[in-house]
Amino acid sequence: MSLLSIKNLSAVSDRDGGAPILRSVSLELRPGETLGLVGESGAGKSTISKAVLGMLPRTVRITGGTAVFCGRDLLGLSSRELRKITGSEITLIPQDPMTALNPGRRIESQLTDGLRLKRGMSSDEARRIGLELLEEVHIREPERVMRAYPHELSGGMRQRVLIAAAFAMDPKLVVADEPTTALDVTVQKQILRLIRAMQARHGTSVIFVTHDLGVVAQICDRVTLLYGGMVVEAGATKEIMECPRHPYMQALLAAGPRYDRPDRKLAPVPESIFAGLREELASFDRRETRNG
Amino acid sequence: MVDVTIVQPPALPRRRLLTDLLANPKVLFGGGFILMLVLLAIFAPWIAPRDPIEQDLMLGTLPPVGLPGAEPGYYLGTDDLGRDVLSRLIHGSRVALTVAFIAASLAALVGAMLGLLAGWYGGWVDAVVSRLVDIWMAFPPVLLSILLVAILGSGIHSVVAAIVIIDWTRFCRVVRAETMAQASMDYVTAARTIGFPRFTILMREILPNVAPVLIALMSLEMGIAVIVEAILSFVGLSVASGTPTWGGMIAQGRQIIHHGWWVLAFPLLTLFATVLAFNQLGDGLRRVIDPVMRR
Repeated sequence: MSLLSIKNLSAVSDRDGGAPILRSVSLELRPGETLGLVGESGAGKSTISKAVLGMLPRTVRITGGTAVFCGRDLLGLSSRELRKITGSEITLIPQDPMTALNPGRRIESQLTDGLRLKRGMSSDEARRIGLELLEEVHIREPERVMRAYPHELSGGMRQRVLIAAAFAMDPKLVVADEPTTALDVTVQKQILRLIRAMQARHGTSVIFVTHDLGVVAQICDRVTLLYGGMVVEAGATKEIMECPRHPYMQALLAAGPRYDRPDRKLAPVPESIFAGLREELASFDRRETRNG
Repeated sequence: MVDVTIVQPPALPRRRLLTDLLANPKVLFGGGFILMLVLLAIFAPWIAPRDPIEQDLMLGTLPPVGLPGAEPGYYLGTDDLGRDVLSRLIHGSRVALTVAFIAASLAALVGAMLGLLAGWYGGWVDAVVSRLVDIWMAFPPVLLSILLVAILGSGIHSVVAAIVIIDWTRFCRVVRAETMAQASMDYVTAARTIGFPRFTILMREILPNVAPVLIALMSLEMGIAVIVEAILSFVGLSVASGTPTWGGMIAQGRQIIHHGWWVLAFPLLTLFATVLAFNQLGDGLRRVIDPVMRR
């Protein structure tokens, strides 16, 4: 039984004369599993994560498909019903820890927002849980951090706080939107390990949005590769890493370094592959117009 | 083996803000000058050496101390009616500062409220407010203020009203833009996914981060209000003619500039210094407290 099942999700932009953003995307996420959403900028990975969180910008319109989470179609819910799910059953680890915390409020109040609003906890209760969470994400001196303002913390610390906040509500699903892109590489590794550990402890599923195949190889059970809002390749990470089917995936893997084969030459993705992808998108759009 | 414990200082951002403010020369000098003016205005009757409206035609157009023909005790000389220039300057600061503080605060209140609503709710609210601002800004401000006071009748209330009616757009535009910038921040998105009501987010997440810009802008606006009040008193549309105002003194000095330049020069200098101080203070405040510029 899957936790989240997206079927034939399509979306268009209202701004660029109805340009397609998502082209009949389907994906499945089982409880406790990590799914990597990979693709270049504009491939639709963050549109999918925003749709799941009910945070689509007004300029994006869903034209078809369903996103069933625990038996309810997220796309069909009223915003009030959706708000009951997002922020407690589905939460977000944002991309940029520098802008994801309000510079004017102390960590304590930001970390415990959800606990107080959604769980109706008193400030004392919320504070106790907040301290536990900060310890869980290996923050030293949690008491001091609770009193601190965001600008007093380093980027890595802030990202830990945000991870703590995302897991505070014991969510079923966490959407991690490129959570390590803004951090330097040494911190990246710790943060990945931390997300892994938190996920295991809380039994949470994770959608991991990234453009870094190295990150995918490290933490994702399964991976979905997108191009132009279309699923190009999907499957278990191990299988895809070892024998990718689609030429785009093959080329991407050949373009990145692998530490098990340090002598291998890196090759840029050849233009012919993009030409092939564009042709696939065009033939998809032709089929759509014929059917619709 | 030495045991080293690193004790992190507790969070004290408020004190740091205060020291940062005092370390900024613009804030220090601008703010210091304004503070001095405020004290002068409050204690004017005790500080001013003479009665500002007492006339003595025998002592008309006395030059400032140090020039030939000066009388001791009349430090900056007298005007053609024998009124002490220094005392009139000190008393004139009352009108200038009252107008500056009240008009700037009210304009900020009106403008910020509309700007916050427009920037946060967007859609038709934004459309209405933005078009209103566009139309408003098409009027030449000085002419509009003179027209308004002419309609409302002279007096300090009309001057304040005129400034508020004209200058709320300045706040509205800046606050709207800043609100939109803050609204796109991830922490606002986070607050929305948690499910706070929109108005709560506006008040709790956005307003505090817009406030620094607002405070800085208010300081600049006070400088503008001082000028507008001077313009209106210059054309005789501000407070009643008996009350000393800087603009009124400038108008009077202009007529006798050939044999009493000091009657024009000192109020001009005071006006200049006051506006400069407000602008410097505003600029310094912006640099120190604006979270964007701090980052």
